[in-house]
Amino acid sequence: MAKRVTVLLGTKKGAFTLHSDASRRDWSLRGPFCETWPTNHVVADPASGTIYAGGGNEWFGPAVWKSTDFGETWSHSSRGLAYAAGEDSIASVWSLAPHDGRLYAGVQPAGLFASDDDGESWTHVAGLRDHPTRPHWNPGGAGLILHSILPHPSDSKQIFIGISAAGVFHTADGGRTWEPRNSGTRCDYLPEGERYPEFGQCVHSLAMAAGQADRLYQQNHCGMYRSDDGGRHWQSIEAGLPSSFGFPAVAHPRDPATLFLLPLNGDIKGRYVPDGKAAVWRTRDGGEHWEALREGLPQRNAFFGVLRQAMAADGLEPAGVYAGTNTGTLFASADEGANWQSIAHHLPPILSVETLVSDG
Amino acid sequence: MGSVVAVLPPALMRLFPGCEREPLVAADTVAELVDALNERWPGMRDRLCDSTPRLRRHINVFVAGERVGLERRLDPGEEVWIMTAISGG
Repeated sequence: MAKRVTVLLGTKKGAFTLHSDASRRDWSLRGPFCETWPTNHVVADPASGTIYAGGGNEWFGPAVWKSTDFGETWSHSSRGLAYAAGEDSIASVWSLAPHDGRLYAGVQPAGLFASDDDGESWTHVAGLRDHPTRPHWNPGGAGLILHSILPHPSDSKQIFIGISAAGVFHTADGGRTWEPRNSGTRCDYLPEGERYPEFGQCVHSLAMAAGQADRLYQQNHCGMYRSDDGGRHWQSIEAGLPSSFGFPAVAHPRDPATLFLLPLNGDIKGRYVPDGKAAVWRTRDGGEHWEALREGLPQRNAFFGVLRQAMAADGLEPAGVYAGTNTGTLFASADEGANWQSIAHHLPPILSVETLVSDG
Repeated sequence: MGSVVAVLPPALMRLFPGCEREPLVAADTVAELVDALNERWPGMRDRLCDSTPRLRRHINVFVAGERVGLERRLDPGEEVWIMTAISGG
C-alpha cells in the first residue's frame, strides 16, 4: 500500500504538520494548531495515529493536546499533571513518548508523568523526584526540564530519561526507583578534578539505536557520546566533529551504527552552525568516523541553530531526515542526508520535529 | 449561595468549545466561582489556577474595579471579570 509521510512540528507559536507521499518531493503545510501555544513536542502514536502535542502557555499553564483525526480537531487536558499542593507548579510539558498503550510526559520543573487513557488524565511517576539527588538538580539554560524519554522497546519497566542539567537516569522497575547513568560524560563547567560527577551533566538529547536497546547515543553540552551497555558507561565519539556542542541526536530507523548530528559552533559563541555553513553530520560506524552532509543546505551567512528535539528521521527506505531551525525553516532530505531542500519557511522558531509514516 | 456573572476572556473560551462569554454562576467567593466554572467546563480550573494553588501569574480577576484573589467574597449580582494579563513573547 502507498505510504504517506507526516512531519510534526512543535514551534514557539503552535503546532504544524507537513504532508507528502513516499517520494517526499512535494509538501503541504497545515497549522498553526493548539491555539498557538508554545509547543515543545509533537508526536504521533504509530499504533493509533493519534497526535499529541505538549507545551505550556504563559497564561493558561501546561497541557497535552490531542487530535484523533489527523489534526482536524484538537482537545487538551492537564488533569493530574501537577505536583502536590505547595510544591512548584508545572510550567510546561517538554517531551512526550507513547509506548505500549501508555503515554509519558516529561515536564518543567523536571518530572515524569504517565497517562493510561490516551492523555485524558495523568499520574505522577513519583519515584524520579524522590531520588536522593533531586534537591541538587540544577537547571540548564532552558530551565530544569525533562526533555528525553526513551522507553525500552521490549521491556516496558525500563525507561531512560534525560534532564538538563541533572543527567541521564534509568529505571528498571517502571519508575519506582532510578539510577544515574552518567559515567564518562563530562562537565566542562565544573572545576578541574570534578568534571565527571555521578549526576549533574547537561545532557542535551538522547537517542536509542534501532534494534539494539543497550546502545545509546547522547549529545551533551560538553561532548558527544555512545554507550553500548545501557548508559552504564559512556565513551566520547566527538573526534572528527567540528564542535563538541550541539543539541539533537537522531538514530537511523534501522541501522544501529548510523547517527545524525547537527553540531553548533559552541555554547558561548552564538550557537550557530559553524562558520555560518550548515551541515548535518553523519556516522555510519557508531561514531568512529563522521562526514559532513551539506548538499542543498546554506553554505554562507547561515546564523541559525537546531534545538534539541528539532531533528528527526522517518522510517522509509531510504530514511528521510528533517531538521527544523530556530529561525523557522524546515530542511528535509529523502536520501539519508545526502541531499537537502527547505520545505517550509518563515515559521515560528521550531522546537521539535517528529515523523509519522502511515498507509495512504 | 448567590449568583454572580463571570465575564470570560475570548482566549479562554476558545479552549472550551461551547463555552459562554458571561455565564451566571452560583458562588460566594472567587474560589467557588472557579470551582463552578470547572464543573461546567471540566479542566477550566487548571487553565486559571496553578497547583500551589492560586490564580495563575498572568490571569487577573477584577471585581468592582479591583484586582482580587481566590479568597475575595462575592455579593449576589456582582460581575467577575477574568482577564489575560500582558504577557507572552
